[in-house]
Amino acid sequence: MAFSEQRLIFKNIDVPGYTRDIACYQKNGGYEVLKKGLAMGGGAIRDEVKKSQLRGRGGAGFPTGTKWSFIDPTKTTKPIYLICNADESEPGTFKDRQIIHKDPHQLLEGMILSCFANGVKLAYLYIRCEFTEGWKIMEKALNEARAAGFLGKNILKTGYDLEIYVHRGAGAYICGEETGLIESLEGKRAYPRIKPPYFPAVLGLYMCPTIVNNVETLCNVKHIVDMGGEAYAKIGRPNNTGTRLLCVSGDVVKPGYYEFPVGALTLGQLINDVCGGIRNGNRLKAVIPGGSSAKVLKAGEVYKIKEKGSDGNMLEKEVGLEDLRLDFDTLAAAGSMAGSGGVIVMDHTRDMVECLANISAFYAHESCGQCTPCREGVLWLKKILGRIAEGHGREDDPALLKEVADKIAGRTICAFGEAAAWPVQSFIAKFKAEFSARIARNGSASRHDTISLLH
Amino acid sequence: MNPWNHDVAKDELDLVDVQVDGVWLRMPRGLNVVEVAHRSKKFIPHYCYHPKLSVVGNCRMCLFEMGTPKTNADRSPVLGPDGKPEIAWMPRPQIGCATGVTQGMGIRTDSPLVKDCRNGVMEFLLINHPLDCPICDQAGECKLQEYSVEYGTGTSRFVEEKLKKPKNVDLGKRIVLDDERCILCSRCVRFSSEVMKDDVLGFVNRGSHSTLTAYPGKRFDNAYSLNTVDLCPVGALTSKDFRFQMRVWFLKETKSICTSCGTGCSTTIGSREGKVHRVTPRENEAVNSAWMCDYGRLNIHYLDSKDRLHRPLLKAVGEQFPGTWADAIHRAAEGLGKVKPEEIAVVASGRLTNEELFVLKRLVGELGVTRVDMVPHSGQADNFLRSGDGNPNGRGAELLGLSSGGRKFSSWGAEIVSGKIRALLVLGGEDLVAAGIPSSALQKLDVLLFSGILGNETSRLAHVVLPSAATAEKTGSMVNVHGRLQRMTRAIAAPGEAREDWLILRDLREACTGGNSLHSVEDVWKAIAAEVPQFAGLSWAKIGDLGVQLETRSSLSGGNLVKA
Repeated sequence: MAFSEQRLIFKNIDVPGYTRDIACYQKNGGYEVLKKGLAMGGGAIRDEVKKSQLRGRGGAGFPTGTKWSFIDPTKTTKPIYLICNADESEPGTFKDRQIIHKDPHQLLEGMILSCFANGVKLAYLYIRCEFTEGWKIMEKALNEARAAGFLGKNILKTGYDLEIYVHRGAGAYICGEETGLIESLEGKRAYPRIKPPYFPAVLGLYMCPTIVNNVETLCNVKHIVDMGGEAYAKIGRPNNTGTRLLCVSGDVVKPGYYEFPVGALTLGQLINDVCGGIRNGNRLKAVIPGGSSAKVLKAGEVYKIKEKGSDGNMLEKEVGLEDLRLDFDTLAAAGSMAGSGGVIVMDHTRDMVECLANISAFYAHESCGQCTPCREGVLWLKKILGRIAEGHGREDDPALLKEVADKIAGRTICAFGEAAAWPVQSFIAKFKAEFSARIARNGSASRHDTISLLH
Repeated sequence: MNPWNHDVAKDELDLVDVQVDGVWLRMPRGLNVVEVAHRSKKFIPHYCYHPKLSVVGNCRMCLFEMGTPKTNADRSPVLGPDGKPEIAWMPRPQIGCATGVTQGMGIRTDSPLVKDCRNGVMEFLLINHPLDCPICDQAGECKLQEYSVEYGTGTSRFVEEKLKKPKNVDLGKRIVLDDERCILCSRCVRFSSEVMKDDVLGFVNRGSHSTLTAYPGKRFDNAYSLNTVDLCPVGALTSKDFRFQMRVWFLKETKSICTSCGTGCSTTIGSREGKVHRVTPRENEAVNSAWMCDYGRLNIHYLDSKDRLHRPLLKAVGEQFPGTWADAIHRAAEGLGKVKPEEIAVVASGRLTNEELFVLKRLVGELGVTRVDMVPHSGQADNFLRSGDGNPNGRGAELLGLSSGGRKFSSWGAEIVSGKIRALLVLGGEDLVAAGIPSSALQKLDVLLFSGILGNETSRLAHVVLPSAATAEKTGSMVNVHGRLQRMTRAIAAPGEAREDWLILRDLREACTGGNSLHSVEDVWKAIAAEVPQFAGLSWAKIGDLGVQLETRSSLSGGNLVKA
């Protein structure tokens, strides 16, 4: 059975003849929603976003309307800032890149609407430095929008002023963490801030109220304003509304980016029907459903998922991996998360020791080094895993890996601690036999491609 | 002085109910949990937190278990069988340094979760830490050692190779950095930037590889840089002056004050076997908070100077010869007795203690000497602790009526030349040649008596040299430029036969006038308190370790002074 996508954000992406210049965008209805939004007023837009039940697409899935409601533009005397988090760095995630490269004005329109809704006069687009092309594209798009009167002073003669600046990162994953991003934007090392007291909504950029939203989230705002919050909330499932951009990578026939209503399909449908199944006729072994920091899900696992039955009562059902719905709540109930939408599929040929060593090498490289458990613990994890992969594992290593990870998660300044610990905790819990077997046949080193990552 | 004082509540009277390890207490609202635990006679270990620096929460050593009051549907608190609110404990530990207490908050400082958190942090901090303890100057006062004993496991599960980082980094004139020992708490970074407003330190590289360094092209040379050696909880920052000199557990600690300028920072003198090895600031919010300047801290090497006066010297046939104290005091008294009181001038000193000045005051009063003054010393003031007044006890000399701030002194050179002044008693080691009286004039004096620590041009011309004791070698009190009366306590004995000035002056007074009823510094104090209105009601004990504020600065300079 073939599943057809329902493209909202990606509506124009890869459509033949669609270009990223403003003329093409406007020809396809671009900036019409902005006109509608400006006429609605900021409070009305915020109401619609709240009604839409939109959840943030950056990874945490926090309700956007709630995030916005922490700020009251009528009460604060300080400037309010909005930052678009375009530091897309989670391994397995490549959705924001598509928007930036192929439909930059959609992002700008969503940003301008969000800024207007929250009384923002100055906003930043924080883009990872590796998006060199994306940076140039966004600068050009901003110039076009400015020239067309959608940005700058007195936007569309409504009296509303807004300026947006692009700020490039310097190559650190931690800049995707919103308070780390804010520090970086202020010109400092991207050390995430302690919360409390530095909640961005209260003490954000330059100690002013600040909203940080992901690229995809801001694009959604445009569509919410366009169709209304209630109509938007009808897409997807209750509390898991709208569409979701899914980035599928790994051992499937057709990896790539897809867009579906949240929870409209199961993991099995995504892998088998959308992505053409596992490559080379191999068997599914494991899936990381929300970017590399999400806990791994193992083929054959059965999860107890609570769902609202037709009579309105909550029912607990046993659901296999391939029958898991791809939505926020279901994946959380399965012990993982929807995260950034990066679905990493692994087939039975994958060596889980190497996969985890690879992931840990990434996090050890990216730990900012500010707080003790993450700074010291994550490199330790990498070193142990590297040693096992090189054929020098010790019998106690799997237990030690778990204990080290347990002493990181929940004890750090930011969520990086969990991001680094969760893969280790879940790989060890679910594939312990594979780690023990690797240690038992010590002396035989792993494949060269993984080892090279470890030094 | 400090941008932050986290140990002081916004309002000490605005109290909330807080449960600390099962006991309900009243604590100021908003005070952080580390301070609340401290006030509850509990201890939450910490590395990065310092009450005078911004809170960064990076070490994670102060993680504690936090609870909030359980509430009913109407938001009223759920009460337990004991009538006290029930607490809902959060599964995730919180950092004590950044958490202010609120009404009904629960705090567990020693639960299994908290122990596990501390144990984890200790293990993490130690995996890449070098085993330098046997050669590390911090050993003995190292928080890593102390907390390791208290909260660590004693063994390591780390079998990987430790990270290599720069060692013996020359960070500035007075500071050496060992990056392998650094636990990246950022106290030094924050001190430089927040207290000194000197952005010079920072971290480079990422993760475990993070490394403390000075900004490219900058040196860590500011006038207060050595405070970071005290702030550093480990042996990463060490003082070039002190490193490798002495194990800290051998040091005897003596409470004193710094006498390098008029501020009089509270200090702790670290000494062993008659030698001062270091001086560190002692916390005193009324004077210096937790800081002192590098100059004052390192101003100890004159104690071992080759110019140090060790024995009384008496001049005979144009040369100085060592003599006994009895001979020296006799010669001095004889000299003063040969001239009329109006022909005597006394250079009191703002470097003497109140006790010494008081004995002097008795002496000049009994002799009928009226020419008494002090040599002004100007220092290099800054906007922080250093005072423009180089005399540590100029205020004391004024209060005791022994100073006109150098006004009288300015004419003494001419009066010596004209023969009006025939005898001069110089105290506090003042070098009058440096103060503007030419040596040719001093040579004309019938009697030149010199008491001081170090030899100088004036001492070399003296008929009698009375070697005296330095700050670390004596007990007494001084009044700083802000009118705070503070005590210093003897840490070591004066070298050779040198004596404390109050003893020299007591004996000289006895020889000159026969008067003596003073047998100890406490005795002197009793007499001062009885005689000097500003000191009335004060006893030696009442001054305490942190001193007492005498009066406001304006009333001090308002002329309410005792006449000599």
